[in-house]
Amino acid sequence: MNLEAIQRAMAAAVLQPLTANEGMRAKTVDGRAMAEVAASFIAPNSRLNPFERLEIYNRQYWLRVLGSLAEDFPALRAVVGAARFDALAVAYLTEHPSRSFTLRNLGSKLVDWLKAHPEFAGRRHALAMDVARIEWAFVESFDSAERAPLTPAQIAALDGSSRLGLQPHLHLMVLHYAADELVLDLHKREKRLTSEAGVEHEEEERAPVNLPKVRRRATWLAAHRVDFSVYYRRLAREEFLTLEALRQARSLGEAIDAGFAESAIPERRRAACVQEWFGTWAELGWICAADGEA
Amino acid sequence: MPGNRFNSFQNHGVGIGLRIPHYEHIFSRKPVVDWFEIISENYMIDAGRPLATLDRILEQYRVVQHGVSMYFGSVTAPDPEHLRRLKQLVRRTKTPWLSDHLCWGSVDGTYTHDLLPLPYTWEAVDRTAERVRRVQDFLEIPVAVENVSSYAAFTASEMTEWEFLTEVVERADCGILLDVNNIYVSAMNHEFNPMDYVNALPAHRVAQIHIAGHSKYEKFILDTHDHPVIDPVWDLYARAVERCGPTPTLLEWDDHIPSFDEVHAEALKANRYLHRQAPELVEAAR
Repeated sequence: MNLEAIQRAMAAAVLQPLTANEGMRAKTVDGRAMAEVAASFIAPNSRLNPFERLEIYNRQYWLRVLGSLAEDFPALRAVVGAARFDALAVAYLTEHPSRSFTLRNLGSKLVDWLKAHPEFAGRRHALAMDVARIEWAFVESFDSAERAPLTPAQIAALDGSSRLGLQPHLHLMVLHYAADELVLDLHKREKRLTSEAGVEHEEEERAPVNLPKVRRRATWLAAHRVDFSVYYRRLAREEFLTLEALRQARSLGEAIDAGFAESAIPERRRAACVQEWFGTWAELGWICAADGEA
Repeated sequence: MPGNRFNSFQNHGVGIGLRIPHYEHIFSRKPVVDWFEIISENYMIDAGRPLATLDRILEQYRVVQHGVSMYFGSVTAPDPEHLRRLKQLVRRTKTPWLSDHLCWGSVDGTYTHDLLPLPYTWEAVDRTAERVRRVQDFLEIPVAVENVSSYAAFTASEMTEWEFLTEVVERADCGILLDVNNIYVSAMNHEFNPMDYVNALPAHRVAQIHIAGHSKYEKFILDTHDHPVIDPVWDLYARAVERCGPTPTLLEWDDHIPSFDEVHAEALKANRYLHRQAPELVEAAR
């Protein structure tokens, strides 16, 4: 076997999910005996046969990626339960193994994947989706770029034709539940530590976590960073839609129109709303020059 | 001996890995530490707390970068985004040299995030040396490759691990990050004499040495970096220092991390061997 053939064979074996007993599977994906495949390129020693030697790497791989995903989604794990989360994580990572040099990006497709696979979240699918969105937004907001915000003078000079950019670390979410408080609560319980983009777990017990009652109601949420910490801020629907339109490079006038489309806020109060939003956005440094402008 | 061209002629002394649980101690107590090694990938980001913390460390300490995902031995090409971000970080830290592992870990853009061993073949020598050379040229700083712990050997291998390492570094004209714990772990797993390895490697190319602890299982040893350094590994270290001269040395402790003082004290045991070496003895030992 040449180098490429060895690497492809070994990667296929290592990435294959473990058995229920956390051992390497007896068959490859295409039905060949794993013991024969291992023996075709791995040498035995006096204590371990080729299958057992390859199995060490298979186990190490899953230990590492499952641990990493659990670190980034502790609240999702609490919401669906540890056992269901493990199954969910194995299924997700089998379909979406890491495509990045950094484990930081391991969960980048989890929200979309979970949307297509409600069976892995059980009856709490909508809540699980919301929690996953919030936790992924945390990862993104934690280390996304920060651009220079517009100065008060620049903001004062804006008009309806102005196009604006938003801070790269600002992430906007539409949720089915007001799940932000639940996530914060669960992170506290999981002893979330400030890390590169995740948490550290205590040795966990697998008993399901008793969740507080979370009311189902449409919620618009922003995750953003202030002084190196990630915060969540609830938004009015109109404020959210305006920010979304700005992010899509629509002009300020168009964005405000989009924000108030089908709004129950009376016309006479809208100017005050916009003024208030801009005050907050300026304070938080959310507004920047449009992409490609200084 | 003031280092060599593979560590920019810097003899940094004894350092430890920069780890999050120690941040508070470092910033509040400002301990005297010769240098810190950082995991490059933790800081190859756009912004945020990790980079701000790194900048604070850089103000007060010498930092050397150590990577875990360059995969010099992978047959598929490296990710250009990885290289771009790595170079950006090199400029930020001004690391005098940079290390990563003599291993592979990705195929067609799918990453295992593991340090997978290479078959010791001439084909692997050619491909790996070529990639090391390209990365070194791109980064414009000395690169050192680290020998990994391994649990599997390949039927295709045509030479010993130390012969493979020597061929790669000679052809790539790069340095070695000699991990004496990894030598011990691999020696136990592959049933060779670890001292043969230390005695055979090209000592003049050793830019840095790693020491660490490991975990022993019934049928194999795992490189876990979660224990103190055991005596047989110190023996390998002593011999390596005898052959290489005083060399920047770093203790790795990545799991079940004890207090800063405990980790630092374990690392400083290396000084027992580092300061024992007269230059003439080093020459003789080679």
